[in-house]
Amino acid sequence: MSKAILFIEHAGGELRRASLECLGAALSAGLDVTAVVMGPGADAAASALSSSGANAICHLTGADTWSPDRAAADLAALAKESGASAFLAAATATGKDVAPRVAAHLDSTLFSDITSLDSSSGSLRTTRPWLAGKVIATCESASEVFCATTRPNAFSAPEGGGSAEVSERAASADCKASVTGVSAKEGGKLDVQEASVVVAGGRGLQEAEHFSLVEGLADAFGGAAAVGASRAIVDAGWRPHSEQVGQTGKVVSPNLYIAVGISGAIQHLAGMRTSKTIVAINKDADAPIFKVADYGIVGDAFEVVPALTEAIAKVQAEA
Amino acid sequence: MKIIACIKRVPATDAQAKIDASASSLDTSSFQYMTSFYDEIAVEEAVKTKESHGGEVTILTLGPAEASKEVRECIAKGADAGVILTDDDWQARDCRSTAKALAAKIQELGADIVFCGKVATDRDNAAVGPMLATYLGWACVTDACELELDGSSGTAKRATEAGLESVSFSLPAVITCDKGLNEPRYAGLKGIMAAKKKPLDEAAPQAEESHAKVVSLETPAPRPEGKIIGEGAAAVEDLIQALRNEAKVL
Ligand SMILES: Cc1cc2nc3c(=O)[nH]c(=O)nc-3n(C[C@H](O)[C@H](O)[C@H](O)COP(=O)(O)OP(=O)(O)OC[C@H]3O[C@@H](n4cnc5c(N)ncnc54)[C@H](O)[C@@H]3O)c2cc1C
Repeated sequence: MSKAILFIEHAGGELRRASLECLGAALSAGLDVTAVVMGPGADAAASALSSSGANAICHLTGADTWSPDRAAADLAALAKESGASAFLAAATATGKDVAPRVAAHLDSTLFSDITSLDSSSGSLRTTRPWLAGKVIATCESASEVFCATTRPNAFSAPEGGGSAEVSERAASADCKASVTGVSAKEGGKLDVQEASVVVAGGRGLQEAEHFSLVEGLADAFGGAAAVGASRAIVDAGWRPHSEQVGQTGKVVSPNLYIAVGISGAIQHLAGMRTSKTIVAINKDADAPIFKVADYGIVGDAFEVVPALTEAIAKVQAEA
Repeated sequence: MKIIACIKRVPATDAQAKIDASASSLDTSSFQYMTSFYDEIAVEEAVKTKESHGGEVTILTLGPAEASKEVRECIAKGADAGVILTDDDWQARDCRSTAKALAAKIQELGADIVFCGKVATDRDNAAVGPMLATYLGWACVTDACELELDGSSGTAKRATEAGLESVSFSLPAVITCDKGLNEPRYAGLKGIMAAKKKPLDEAAPQAEESHAKVVSLETPAPRPEGKIIGEGAAAVEDLIQALRNEAKVL
């Protein structure tokens, strides 16, 4: 079996969902996985991983301040020593920071945000979006090590099992850049890419204060929903860029995407067209958003959204 | 300071994607090209850095000779020179071969800081910046949305799922730029005139085979035709029923 080194992220010992999905992708492709953890809480992460289905766990000790260049150098060294033919990480902000550097250390190419991984042809074959998903490319790597990051929500976490051994190894000391702090998000707000429901608002809301309509509808989902925004209202300064959905923002694929007062420009559609169900509320029956919406309501957001918020709250209360 | 901004010529974001007869490359015949969105932010940061710390800004690209259009547009915003690593087969290059060629040129030109966009809006790979930093053996901060530099070091902030990360680094460094770092300026008439006279170097990039092999390209299956279920608040009840019983998402 081909060996793979996986960079697994955790928050104070709790494994990140996107990393478990990355593990699931590697195991489904038949790889012999060494899962690597580091940082504060890595002990707990390593023991949680040992029954996850991974073949071996490596705990890099002493890496208590985070440095992406040091992590990359250590991961690449592990890949070289073990003769791994694959390196994988989740396509999170951290995974995407580290993986290209690992690839460069291994003088290998990198596929970011892959959406499938398959070894049935004898070598690893993957698909990934180009042009914000307007094209799907099927690719293979001619490099010594196949390097990729797995897109969140594209793979399933493994079922678990086994009892893999945990080995320890000291992290290297040299680092060129290091993280000195993280200012946590207010009130544990859900990230727009992680939420199963996204309620997004656009210029049709007319004024920044009216975005509270969108927040109210998101709240009605009882913690499952995040808010998103079109570029028009991010550029206008109503909302932060972290909430922008689209080609130059985030690509999301929640179970339910509700677009309020968004026209549906091609750059916006690029960020949400893979959502499972799309609802659009817009007063213009000819708005392009209705071409991709499974359910469209033609109407004034100021009238429709409060009614919908009330109805969703009622459904949630019954559940 | 010696400052370099790396840019890429990419299809405009409203381009329709068509796949050519080989099914493994894009039909580019109808593409309009532009500087990649985030690279404009890199150029702005390079010019701002020159304005506050002094020095010179060079615009560097790997692309076809026609990319002189994008390079001159960037120079017009306040850069001093441009370099094109001319490669007619630029579309077939992968992140590794591009990063190696850029790193070799940067080594030759010398630089204290290199700015890139956080991702190019064609291949969406977000890899060239951190890869070229690694080939150079330099520090790198990706997705920077705030940046402060002093003589030999700097601090940057980047957005992660957990919140804003503060990173300190030493120079030389590669910074990849996210939206929010600055507001790219428009070129003035004076800048556009001056850019016509600025030196543009063309050189052959280091030859390097692409390791990313494209097996095939497809356009994703279209979504089923959208459907309007009603008008105004009166349609909400039907919507709830549909989300519950048909889509099963409630
Ligand atoms: C390089 C580039 C990158 C881009 N990247 C992105 C991106 O990542 N994400 C993105 O979103 N856009 C992006 N855009 C911008 C995109 O082209 C559109 O301009 C933008 O999406 C429009 O935002 P909007 O739908 O909120 O506004 P508009 O297009 O102005 O639409 C407003 C809509 O609200 C409706 N409306 C008005 N009043 C009401 C009401 N009372 N009730 C209900 N509906 C109402 C109108 O009918 C209209 O359809 C990009 C553009 C470029 C050039």
